[in-house]
Amino acid sequence: MEWLTLVTYAAPVAFAALGETIVQRSGVINIGLEGSMLLGAFTGMLVSLLTHSALLGVLAAVGSACLLTVVFGVFTVLLASDQVVVGTAINLLALGVTGTLFRARFGQSGQLLTVPKVDDWHGVNPGIILLFTSVPAVWFMLGRTNWGLALRAVGEYPRAAESAGLSVPKLRMQALGIGGVFAGLAGAFLSLVIAGSFAENMTSGRGFVAIAMVTFGRWRAPWVFAAALVIGFAESLQFQFQTYGWKVPFQLFIAMPYVVALVVLVISGKGAMAPSALGQPHRSDR
Amino acid sequence: MRASTAAAIIIIGLPLVLVLTIMVFGLPVLESLRLMMQGAFGDQFGWSRTAVKTTPLLLTGLGMVVAWRAGVYNIGGEGQFVMGALVGAWFAKVAAGLSGPLLLSGILISCIIGGAAWAWIAGWLYAKRGVQVVISTILLNFISVQVLSWAVSGPLQESKHQLLLTDMLPDGAMLPKLSRQMDVNLGSIIALVAAGALFVYLFRSSGGFLLRLSGANPRVARANRINAQRAQLVAMALSGALCGLAGGIEYTGIAGQLGLGFAQGWGFLGIPVALLGVLHPIATVASALYFGALFAGSENLARFSASGTTIVYVIQAMAVLGYVGLNAWAQRIPVQVEAD
Repeated sequence: MEWLTLVTYAAPVAFAALGETIVQRSGVINIGLEGSMLLGAFTGMLVSLLTHSALLGVLAAVGSACLLTVVFGVFTVLLASDQVVVGTAINLLALGVTGTLFRARFGQSGQLLTVPKVDDWHGVNPGIILLFTSVPAVWFMLGRTNWGLALRAVGEYPRAAESAGLSVPKLRMQALGIGGVFAGLAGAFLSLVIAGSFAENMTSGRGFVAIAMVTFGRWRAPWVFAAALVIGFAESLQFQFQTYGWKVPFQLFIAMPYVVALVVLVISGKGAMAPSALGQPHRSDR
Repeated sequence: MRASTAAAIIIIGLPLVLVLTIMVFGLPVLESLRLMMQGAFGDQFGWSRTAVKTTPLLLTGLGMVVAWRAGVYNIGGEGQFVMGALVGAWFAKVAAGLSGPLLLSGILISCIIGGAAWAWIAGWLYAKRGVQVVISTILLNFISVQVLSWAVSGPLQESKHQLLLTDMLPDGAMLPKLSRQMDVNLGSIIALVAAGALFVYLFRSSGGFLLRLSGANPRVARANRINAQRAQLVAMALSGALCGLAGGIEYTGIAGQLGLGFAQGWGFLGIPVALLGVLHPIATVASALYFGALFAGSENLARFSASGTTIVYVIQAMAVLGYVGLNAWAQRIPVQVEAD
């Protein structure tokens, strides 16, 4: 399989996982990532269809996904509600809204729906170029800037960060805002680069795959990106298995990254890698 | 917020959210409500559809109740649902010689054990290795999907080896139906009994008290030499057992065989059901019935309008967000300071 094809199919998960890396480093697990991606894919398709401009579609995808992620943040960060509860609600909301609007406008299946796609540029899709520049950008932001340092402090030990004068809610909301942008890019990549169309529940679990790949990549941007490629490769293998009639079950390969991630967690336990305050709501005592 | 206040807000809020959602999507309110009502309770078939949708919602909802009461945020209901049913299907294959009722009970017990064991992994990781339940259960969900895919294309595939399905269960090993024409079966009664049993366990037994205490205030538990981790492990296993049973009832009551699309998100849908049932087993019965009726009713609505069952997801989501928001607002005055 050609490597560019592989990257193309891994790109939605890769985008989402890069954004989720930033979010998780700040101590929040965005369980609503799946929903943000799905909403992004839908609005991207809709705006591209209405304006005949894929670029406007991408912008709409980014905007809507960012907005939904910020809603998640309002509940989980500002109101300190549980991230699993709110995230599940966000996913259901996106699934319900996109599904209902899609059916109302395009009928049950929406067959033959095609919208302007993002065109290749010198044989490479701009989305791929953006993805490859995002990896060092996220790495740099998290590891080499004051903002990244503050963000990681908030993810490790929010109370200490707070007494050092940092605003926990502000930094976490900023992280979620950026995570939402990436979720939108992931959704737009699905509907406007790969498919040029939309289908109900188009993301089909890719948001959760991205969350899992952040764990597999040990919360480091380059490794998370590599993890997304690995899962893309493992999933692409199943077609090869069927073509060549290999006897080893391909499910083993697809399950492998998740098993490895789990085993690493078993061995390292809480580990030095996971942000210590991950998933815990923070209530400011100021 | 006090439980009675919360319940009152939910009882007033839920119909409000329903009507608002219908209005937002531009559907005629009264006509839509009438169609949904007719689909859910219009005749015996409507009641049957409602019961069939309510049952898995109730069982996975109860699973969430017991885990969350102990402070473990299980998002792996989906995986436990699948693994439970898979262990049941495996039992059905190896014990095919047993007579109907014996085989059926064996399958259901296997489902319970399978779900509990799968959840126990996440519970163990949390208690012993400090791994977030949220993270481990998401990983376990994906692994269970692949195990299902492997099982139905390999060891548990139907005897002709053509379709990605398990063998159909013999009629004798299916849960008895109330009538030949309807899908409603003994599973709904089992789910109700489970709700009663969970209520007694949580609120009338010392084990349940320790479980709730461990969730409400682990530091008080520790100060009283209560092993909170053990209580949380138990809660996780019970949660998985209930989700596994949900899978088992879907398998032996409705589907009769397992395929790739076996899990239809019931594990996730249990979360809003439990939350809007104020994490109480009896209130969760009401909450599951409400959403079960909405799912059944929306199928009828889908026949007469462009809107389908997806509208129920919107209603669930808005109800949860509204409730969570109100709850946070009610808590805003006494700022809780969590110590480390």
